[in-house]
Amino acid sequence: MSDDQHITDVSGTGVPIPGDDVDTDQILPARFMKEVTFDNMADYLFYDVRRDEDGEFNDHPLNRFDGASIAVVNSNFGCGSSREHAPQAMMRWGVDGVVGESYAEIFRDNCKSLGIPAATADHETVTELQSWIEDNPDGDIHIDVESETVTYGDRTIDVEIDDAMQEALTEGIWDTTALMYSNMSKVESTVDGLPYVESDD
Amino acid sequence: MSEGTLYDKVWEKHKVTELPNGQDQLFVGLHLVHEVTSPQAFAMLEERDLDVAFPDRTYATTDHIAPTEAEKRERPLTDGEAEEMLSALERNTADNGITFFGFESGKQGITHVVAPELGLSQPGMTVACGDSHTATHGAFGSIGVGIGTSQIRDVLATGCIAADKQNVRRIDVEGSLGEGVYAKDIILKIIQELGVDGGVGHVYEYGGSAIEALDMEGRLAVCNMSIEGGARAGYINPDETTYEYLRGREYVPEGDAFEERKAYWESIASDEDADYDDVVTIDADGIDPLVTWGINPGQVIEIGETIPAPESFDARTDREAAEKALEHMEIEPGQSMLGYDVDVAFLGTCTNGRVSDFEEAAKVLEGNTVEEGVRALAVPGSETVREECERRGLDQTFIEAGFQWRRAGCSMCLAMNDDALEGDEVCASSSNRNFVGRQGSKDGRTVLMSPAMVAAAAVEGEVADAREYLDDDRSGTAGGVEEVAD
Repeated sequence: MSDDQHITDVSGTGVPIPGDDVDTDQILPARFMKEVTFDNMADYLFYDVRRDEDGEFNDHPLNRFDGASIAVVNSNFGCGSSREHAPQAMMRWGVDGVVGESYAEIFRDNCKSLGIPAATADHETVTELQSWIEDNPDGDIHIDVESETVTYGDRTIDVEIDDAMQEALTEGIWDTTALMYSNMSKVESTVDGLPYVESDD
Repeated sequence: MSEGTLYDKVWEKHKVTELPNGQDQLFVGLHLVHEVTSPQAFAMLEERDLDVAFPDRTYATTDHIAPTEAEKRERPLTDGEAEEMLSALERNTADNGITFFGFESGKQGITHVVAPELGLSQPGMTVACGDSHTATHGAFGSIGVGIGTSQIRDVLATGCIAADKQNVRRIDVEGSLGEGVYAKDIILKIIQELGVDGGVGHVYEYGGSAIEALDMEGRLAVCNMSIEGGARAGYINPDETTYEYLRGREYVPEGDAFEERKAYWESIASDEDADYDDVVTIDADGIDPLVTWGINPGQVIEIGETIPAPESFDARTDREAAEKALEHMEIEPGQSMLGYDVDVAFLGTCTNGRVSDFEEAAKVLEGNTVEEGVRALAVPGSETVREECERRGLDQTFIEAGFQWRRAGCSMCLAMNDDALEGDEVCASSSNRNFVGRQGSKDGRTVLMSPAMVAAAAVEGEVADAREYLDDDRSGTAGGVEEVAD
């Protein structure tokens, strides 16, 4: 990425996280949300599926691809709850970008809020990339947010990044608090048009 | 794009401006806050030295970590982590002038149960909460969206979210429901037909004769599970049922002010000639109760049907999901879910934790007892619900049958308090998600169903047809349903 705000590209080694409908209860089991900060969330990422019956790390990809920056997932990834704990945990574990077949919408919104590009491609393209990572654990994957391409090995593939996400990341406006705060006078006039705001209580 | 729908009208009313990335800045008319997803957002606000912009439009309660056993609600809570979260919420709401419904208020409960029953959720509002089941409030004809913690920060600081307008799919649910078939069965039927990601990119507008016939509690249950169908929001146009429900509630204006407000509510309903991006009709006439057999809410069958074979699904993703489900649930294609052994019965949640839910379950339990060895929990969705149930004497029915009658909270829906499955226990649950690990044990198994079906499962110690307990001369429309051997 070019600076803290403008995210034009991300790169690093990959980690495949195979499976459709991977829900937020798998990504970050609810019992680990009992903390008032996100600081420790990386420790709980995929907590249950990463461990065997004795609580030892199994051969889950997260255990085999330590240090990876690009997660490659399948369809409807991140479905279920709105917990930002899920992408927070991935980010804090080291994920800077995601390539997948599709995402649940709140999950994708949360990725945008955190400045994590979430690119999509078809099933074949994604599974090819996943098996390439298995064969090339040290291979570099490069997501170019501006050109909507992913480069790995000697290949460059086209991916899609939702327009609003692409614009937000490349223009450095994915942190929407400051952006929307600058429109507060307009907010007041919107509120004036709502009959339920003033006369409540 | 849609035109003239409630969604279009409410969106326009709340649109502040278009943001440079093409999203809209949307004013949030009601922001609901709970202890799990908000402390990080309040901390971010403090870091940036920002105040809460609309404290009067923000209401908080505690639900996810709330202990449901009376003696465990003494402060400080014995669970140190839960105490820290609750204290943080108390501090954050007090510091920012936000109304907080704590244990002592008598109004504590699940956000999506509390806000409707207090009259906070009203037609024509935008509602946001750091919880995916915020779609629930759409039952009133509002747009309810679940948001992440960074977006909670946005709402706290600016009263707004950055949002993409979605397509609107009209779902006409036609027909009438038989005895022992409920709103929960309607929404499970919709998800069965449209899939768990069928709603991606859409909001659902529910209508048709079966929806119009529902009372508000039924409508809340339908809208609640919009997210399980992949839709970011779901709503029902307000009508007399809605207005009469709201009349007299604490946060609803009275007299002339009510009539004025009602004029606004009526004005935002979808036009008769509204354009939709998509229209779907679901035939709910005479459907049987539904139960899930798998590990997502779309893996669901009517109780008379058998568990499908993976090969029967067209989509590769559905076939693979079915394989995983069969393994986790330890079932075979062709089997019935009737007779599937149950260890735990759980009644409650933002889907089915309201008075009518307990009333329907109590009808099944009347004169029956919970099967030996089954752990049965009745957890009211709010303290207001609990009090009303107790006023009607329903608590006694549950206690006499062998249920534990608890205090309000999210409880075993996601097991952030002490209420959790152990090992590979099977839970007959009136909740909304049957994901692996959802109820607190990675090997735990969840079967989603209506409250009456949960009660029947508790009595038999296995998945059963609640209609056997409701009507002596039942019509027998459920082909293939076993008769209960008494």
